[in-house]
Amino acid sequence: MKQPGAKRGMPIPKGAIKKGTMKRLLKYVFKYYKKHLIVVFICLILSAAGGLVSSVFMQQNIDKVITPGVQNGFDSVKGVLVKNLVIMGSVYLIALVSTFLYNRIMATVTQGVLYHFRKDMFEKMQTLPIKYFDTHAHGEIMSTYTNDTDAVRQLVGQSIPTLFSSTLTLVVAVSVMLTYSFIMTGVFFLCVILMAFAVKKIGGRSGRFMVAQQRSLAIEEGFVEEMMKGQKVVKVFTHEEAAKHDFDKLNEQLYSDARNAHIFGNILGPILGNIGNFTYVLLAICGGLLLVSGIPNLGFSSIAAGLQPITLGFVIPFLGMSRRSTQAVNEMSHQVSMIAMGLAGTSRVFALMDEQPEQDEGYVTLVNAEKDENGNITEAEKHTGLWAWRHYHKADGTVTYTELKGDIVLDQVDFGYVPEKQVLTDVTLYARPGQKIAFVGATGAGKTTITNLINRFYDIADGKIRYDGININKISKKDLRRSLGIVLQDTNLFTGTVMENIRYGRLDATDEECIAAAELANADDFIRRLPDGYNTMLTNNGANLSQGQRQLLSIARAAVADAPAMILDEATSSIDTRTEALVNDGMDKLMKGRTVFVIAHRLSTVRNSDAIMVLDHGRIIERGTHEQLIEQKGVYYQLYTGAFELE
Amino acid sequence: MVKTLLKSVREYKRASLITPVFMVLEVVCECLIPLMMSKMLAGNAPMGQILKYGGIMLLLACLSLTCGILGGRFAAIASCGFAKNLRKDLFYAVQGFSFKDVDKFSTSSLVTRLTTDVTNVQNSYQMCLRIVIRVPLTFIFSVVMSLSINWKLALVFVLILPFLATVLFTLMRKVMPFFRRIFKKYDALNNSVQENVGGIRVVKSFVREDYETQKFDRAASEVRNDFTRAEKMLALTSPTMMLAMYLSSMLITFIGARMIVSTGSWVDNAIVGPLVPSQLSAVITYGVQMLSSMMMLSMIVVMLTMSLESARRITEVLKQKSDLVSPENGLTEVKDGSIRFENVNFKYSERAEKYALSNIDLEIKSGETVGILGGTGSSKTSLIQLIPRLYDATDGAVYVGGENVKNYELDTLRKEVSVVLQKNVLFSGTIKENLRWGNPEATDDELERVCKLAQAHEFVSAFPDGYDTYIEQGGTNVSGGQKQRLCIARALLRKPKILILDDSTSAVDTKTDALIRKAFKEEIPDTTKIIIAQRVASVEHADKILVMEGGRIAAMGTHAELMQTSAIYRETYEMQTKKNAEEGGENE
Repeated sequence: MKQPGAKRGMPIPKGAIKKGTMKRLLKYVFKYYKKHLIVVFICLILSAAGGLVSSVFMQQNIDKVITPGVQNGFDSVKGVLVKNLVIMGSVYLIALVSTFLYNRIMATVTQGVLYHFRKDMFEKMQTLPIKYFDTHAHGEIMSTYTNDTDAVRQLVGQSIPTLFSSTLTLVVAVSVMLTYSFIMTGVFFLCVILMAFAVKKIGGRSGRFMVAQQRSLAIEEGFVEEMMKGQKVVKVFTHEEAAKHDFDKLNEQLYSDARNAHIFGNILGPILGNIGNFTYVLLAICGGLLLVSGIPNLGFSSIAAGLQPITLGFVIPFLGMSRRSTQAVNEMSHQVSMIAMGLAGTSRVFALMDEQPEQDEGYVTLVNAEKDENGNITEAEKHTGLWAWRHYHKADGTVTYTELKGDIVLDQVDFGYVPEKQVLTDVTLYARPGQKIAFVGATGAGKTTITNLINRFYDIADGKIRYDGININKISKKDLRRSLGIVLQDTNLFTGTVMENIRYGRLDATDEECIAAAELANADDFIRRLPDGYNTMLTNNGANLSQGQRQLLSIARAAVADAPAMILDEATSSIDTRTEALVNDGMDKLMKGRTVFVIAHRLSTVRNSDAIMVLDHGRIIERGTHEQLIEQKGVYYQLYTGAFELE
Repeated sequence: MVKTLLKSVREYKRASLITPVFMVLEVVCECLIPLMMSKMLAGNAPMGQILKYGGIMLLLACLSLTCGILGGRFAAIASCGFAKNLRKDLFYAVQGFSFKDVDKFSTSSLVTRLTTDVTNVQNSYQMCLRIVIRVPLTFIFSVVMSLSINWKLALVFVLILPFLATVLFTLMRKVMPFFRRIFKKYDALNNSVQENVGGIRVVKSFVREDYETQKFDRAASEVRNDFTRAEKMLALTSPTMMLAMYLSSMLITFIGARMIVSTGSWVDNAIVGPLVPSQLSAVITYGVQMLSSMMMLSMIVVMLTMSLESARRITEVLKQKSDLVSPENGLTEVKDGSIRFENVNFKYSERAEKYALSNIDLEIKSGETVGILGGTGSSKTSLIQLIPRLYDATDGAVYVGGENVKNYELDTLRKEVSVVLQKNVLFSGTIKENLRWGNPEATDDELERVCKLAQAHEFVSAFPDGYDTYIEQGGTNVSGGQKQRLCIARALLRKPKILILDDSTSAVDTKTDALIRKAFKEEIPDTTKIIIAQRVASVEHADKILVMEGGRIAAMGTHAELMQTSAIYRETYEMQTKKNAEEGGENE
């Protein structure tokens, strides 16, 4: 489709995070999975506690079992040991079950959230105006569904829970540590501060390069996509070497960004791990000093029990716990850059959800109708071939019906895709019911633009468009469009069988009706010669069909829709003249009794129109029937005979 | 397959080999550290002992840090470099593709291969360098260490291992096919979004928003259900791991405590004996390491198998050997613009049943203008694509300038035979840059000259930025007709001996179309011009007109001759011009 040359929208650049995204994400997740998350929360606490409990029991066993056991014999402590083991086992069992539950619930939550995200995005996207699609690169929109949604998955499914459970582990560990010894906990804190510092320095750089890497990747992807699409042109112009040269430059940049991002990512782990080791030694020395010096130990437990010197049974589990805690910090640090990327992706997903939908304040609807002998119109249940506009009058609460005739009037219409640049100026035209109106003019004269206004893909700046006397702004957009069949220059077919593609025009059409429509468009012949006839699968926008065949299918699709008025935008441009004669024959049948707007380059297509509008730079410069225009000897005459006149 | 991929390592071989060395050293340090910990705290942990082993431990930590940093650095360089070379090799391979190869791969699949697939392989490569060596080593080391501390205790872990391994690997085997299926569904989901975005005008025109949403919802639900099922299965892995871990540490605590109590004695406020409490915790630490490296191993296996599919897709492109290559010592000059087809048959693939072209015999003199008419699918495009050797004839031979096209250097041939393709594209960049594809050294005057010939100068000069106007990707900010004229200008800039226009003026209005042909006739009379068109008017005055039907030349001759001899031609001509004649014949 032609781009109206509008400026690109302002997409959120790669890597930018909108404020409040995390809060909104959490709210979103809570909306659907409140109960699940409460259970998850409990499970996380239980399993974090379970992970630490082994260190506690180790102390218990050394102090209460082993040491007295060695002094007094095994039998004296057997009871305590068994009791300890039973408690230990039950704690483990709880941790185990809660981990299992947590994993299972998170599978449901993560996939569920993704599903809702996708669904909301898609639903929202369906309501967006055509302008959105004209101003956003399709690859960019796609990337929201793939890369960005993936980032959300990473964030919801992994980063946030890991961050959460590591924090919990840390909190629990620190509180247990505090019960053991204040002094040693203080030393431990110093080390954690050191780790945080390392994370900030190295993790920050890694994150920056990560963002740079994403950007280079996007640039390279764009380049590759463009070159691959134009690969045949590259070959025809033997442009391969130049393309390789350009590619190498982008590829080097990507390499350098990726390498830096990975280096900083890779070294953070060893650095934090060894700060952990260092902490361990430091704590051991500290513990040793406390043991030797025999000064009273300060800790919640010892405060309760009276100030005793520290024992080995305290030092060993303390060290174990410090190790577990530094591991938790290490795990958290891995999530830093992940969270940054995840939030950037989430921001873009929310940005799509926040787009302004197409406004539709129309209240006049299209209904199937019946007419009695007096000409009174009543609403009908079924498809009757007769339509009416159902007009609800708010003032007095009455409903009136206007028969759909296909009388379309444009009255002094001005329009521009962007306010600065007017594309149509003062366009006035009358299409009487059943008339065929053709638009002729150079490319860019505004022919397609007019049809974009009639079905309200865009809204006019000034003037009025009336459909059967009703201002089209009052008609519900859906019903307006339903009343207008359309065949576009660029055919779009969908993955599915040929039959399904034809049925796209009217979902309740029977097989017979679809085949009849194909016959009307003269598509039946080639369809039957396809490997599986009407059941042939089309993929990749019907890549296995010729351009002409695709257009025949899109005509059949419009035929089955059986709309009261039609827009044919270059519908036959890719069909050869002989086939076109066949199609035209079908189209004539299709157009019979309908108001039709035709855009065509080939003047032979428009010759039998009731009125031909010649457009130039957004103005109608000539109008009339073919004969009248030839008579006028104006632009149309020149266009029509131009090829010959020059000789 | 792996061998093909590894060819792309090249200059990063050193980094790739050195990484595992550092990793091994790091693992050795890491595994010795728990041993030092246990030694440090053995007995009643006197200060001298703490300082001695603490010192060793710190040294080990420093060594491990150095190795870790260097290893991480080299791993990053090696894996990113490998990925860079892979992308390069892929891109270069595609540049070497023939038209036939291009037809085989879709654009989006090539882009995915160059991005997502390469990233997958890159990650696996880095994982291989860093972890795959590390994990088994950690495993072996832990086993050895724990056995050396106390083999009886360590035996508990060794016994529990097979149980863990069996459960984990069975689980992975069950989940893998699930994931493969999910990836397919995932592709389908993305495909449906792509179609929707591309066809949004159709969707909106037919008011199919709800229908599309339902369709999408179905696809999204399927992905969700399968994914949830697979992940729920995977949810068993860590509890299994925990079960093994907890079970063994409880057993060891029990057995260990008993062992210490029964063999140890209380001397100087400390336990002495064959087993002391600190050793007990060391055994547990090593055991946990053993079990978790086992779990890592199973995850690695899964991730590697997942990236196998990516690897396969990459090799497919790398291995695609074009059968259409320049001959050795090919000719580098084309004598003139004459063309001869000798008994040519052509089909697009060996498996195709029908020939796209059959029995083509054709002679075109240098400087002639030849028109080609014919219905959709009559193989007009196939015919002209054989001239610049975009495809090779299946039987027979095509001659240009008196020589078989297979004897020319491809570059030479394609420079002299310039084709304006039916599906043409402009690239993002200024108009100037686009035109210079035809000839990088062209001066601004030359650009203007060809644009005048192609009737593009007028509208280009009307743009505010003139020849420096930026063309958006896909040429979306110029109209179809303008695009076609720019493409013609680009082709003219090559100063070819043969110029082929494949329906390249379909979006140009008749008047401009006629002007272009007039300019061709006057300005480049020596160039052989082949024009494929739908309009009879476009080819009417050619020296020779071919009428194609079903892959054969149905008729050939001048306009006057064909009006006599060819029913198809006459019919087409009349259909397009009949009414003019009726209206008083003001054209003749």
